[in-house]
Amino acid sequence: MSLAIAFTEPATRARLGVLLFAMAVLIAPWIAGHAGGNAWVRMLDFALLYLMLALGLNIVVGYAGLLDLGFIAFYALGAYLAALLASPHLLTQFPALAALLPDGLHTSIWLVVPLAALLAAGLGMLLGAPTLRLRGDYLAIVTLGFGEIIRIVMRNLDRPVNITNGSKGIASVDPVHLFGVNLGRTQELFGFKVASVYLYYYLFAVLAVLILLACLRLQQSRIGRAWMAIRDDEDAAEAMGLDTRKLKLLAFAIGASFGGVAGAMFASFQGFVSPESFTLNESIAVLAMVVLGGMGHIPGVVLGCLLLAALPEVLRASMGSLQQWLFGQVLVDPEIVRQLFYGLALILVMLYRPAGLWPTRQENLR
Amino acid sequence: MNGQLLKVEGVSKRFGGVHALENVSLYLEPGEVHGLIGPNGAGKTTFFNVMTGLYRADTGQFSLDDQPYRPDAVHRVAQAGIARTFQNIRLFASMTALENVMVGRHIRTENGIWAALTRHRRARKEEARTRDMALQLLEYVGIGELAERRADTLSYGHQRRLEIARALATEPRVLALDEPAAGMNAVEKQQLRELLDRIRGDGRALLLIEHDVKLVMGLCDRITVLDHGQVIARGTPQQVRQDRAVIEAYLGAGAHD
Repeated sequence: MSLAIAFTEPATRARLGVLLFAMAVLIAPWIAGHAGGNAWVRMLDFALLYLMLALGLNIVVGYAGLLDLGFIAFYALGAYLAALLASPHLLTQFPALAALLPDGLHTSIWLVVPLAALLAAGLGMLLGAPTLRLRGDYLAIVTLGFGEIIRIVMRNLDRPVNITNGSKGIASVDPVHLFGVNLGRTQELFGFKVASVYLYYYLFAVLAVLILLACLRLQQSRIGRAWMAIRDDEDAAEAMGLDTRKLKLLAFAIGASFGGVAGAMFASFQGFVSPESFTLNESIAVLAMVVLGGMGHIPGVVLGCLLLAALPEVLRASMGSLQQWLFGQVLVDPEIVRQLFYGLALILVMLYRPAGLWPTRQENLR
Repeated sequence: MNGQLLKVEGVSKRFGGVHALENVSLYLEPGEVHGLIGPNGAGKTTFFNVMTGLYRADTGQFSLDDQPYRPDAVHRVAQAGIARTFQNIRLFASMTALENVMVGRHIRTENGIWAALTRHRRARKEEARTRDMALQLLEYVGIGELAERRADTLSYGHQRRLEIARALATEPRVLALDEPAAGMNAVEKQQLRELLDRIRGDGRALLLIEHDVKLVMGLCDRITVLDHGQVIARGTPQQVRQDRAVIEAYLGAGAHD
């Protein structure tokens, strides 16, 4: 009885939840690796990248209430920055630069990540500035256009001077080197062989947790409250003396900087970037994670991310064998079934849990 | 000797061909409750919106405490020391009562991004003080026990009080209330009156748009009457009540015969 009460105590429950979450994060790749090999661990790596993106977008959409359909642009920016600063591409284009750097261009990740965050934040403000007067749907349309502009610029910036290598993309991006350890190769740790996907997993996990903590702290702060006030009623917030323009720009900048970091990680992880990784579909996928989980609520965003990043892959992997088992043959292409379920899941959630799967506190008092 | 706290002089505002306000002036003394009344469409809310920066006046001078202020941006008016409530309550619906009031403290506090991320000592101190002051204000308006409730789950009367607490959190010199008693029952009105009396006692000036004549006459020290965008009378409640122009405006010409 008393134990039951102890476990329903909010503080205890929260602490227990964090502990379980931390343990799950630590052992997840080993379970996934055991079940489906490195491909599944790789899927988890991508889930973590999406988590960083979703947390960044959650600041803009969930906290400040600014519907952003072009968020992937900041991811693209971070990715291209990392690719340009740590690949042979620039040196082959500019021989003069190559003469200066005989060892090639290998910018340290310690420099790339802050740069990506800063540049994305700057671009976030640049996007934010002209859209400050827009609300709701109008803002969504402008941000959608912005996302497409960035992608199309990346695709066409190979002439007259080849900077992004157009639709061919930039290859041979350096893997992350941390404290002299190359995360791109299998490393030996205490006699264990640890594959690259595992190493990246833990790096991404650390970054995602840092971003998550930053989000939690921002949420319970003067700035976070101001954002939520703007989201709830912009006119009233202004009447309380809030400088809504500045606060919105801040939300754009901080959300974008998380996106930029995720992008830089993506480029180093993949070793290759091309414009096709940054389509509108990606923006929508990230937004779907935030909305499905519960806008403005971190545990909800994490859940939405896990589900939407993992579910399609799990379905893709399981639908073929499930049909084999049920009908003795594969009747429908697993890829189509996957998309069917994905769409169905989104529609069902919006019908029955319009505030998201795990929304922020809801009161059913009296 | 009481000086003039708020001085608004010669305000005009036109919407196309309509003179919403014509040469309207209004003065507020510290600790005064000033009523702004008039028939529907007289320009009361327009005056409110001009004064608080929502609309820009065509002409007019504004000063608060002998410091001229320009009502050209809503948030700067609040920073100057004028807080308002809305005719139709506008709270931050998804936030708790306490958080609503804490947002009111925003302009009197400093914590930024760095403070939020690191939670250094000074930041924690400020946050704790903000919370304490917000709680005190909730107690002050009489809804202290509802601090953790979501704003949109509060009853109508409590929401009105919360809105006033939130406005008070900005430490205003002048508190402008747009029909605070609208939709209240007799008990709630009496409680509101006691609350406004207490706020007045604390040295703030109150500007009140209100339709409830009993409340206005009982509470206000002075009243300004608007009709068709012009001031047609001003004075104590007694003076205004007997003013011919006022009676005509409310009841139509010839009604006093």
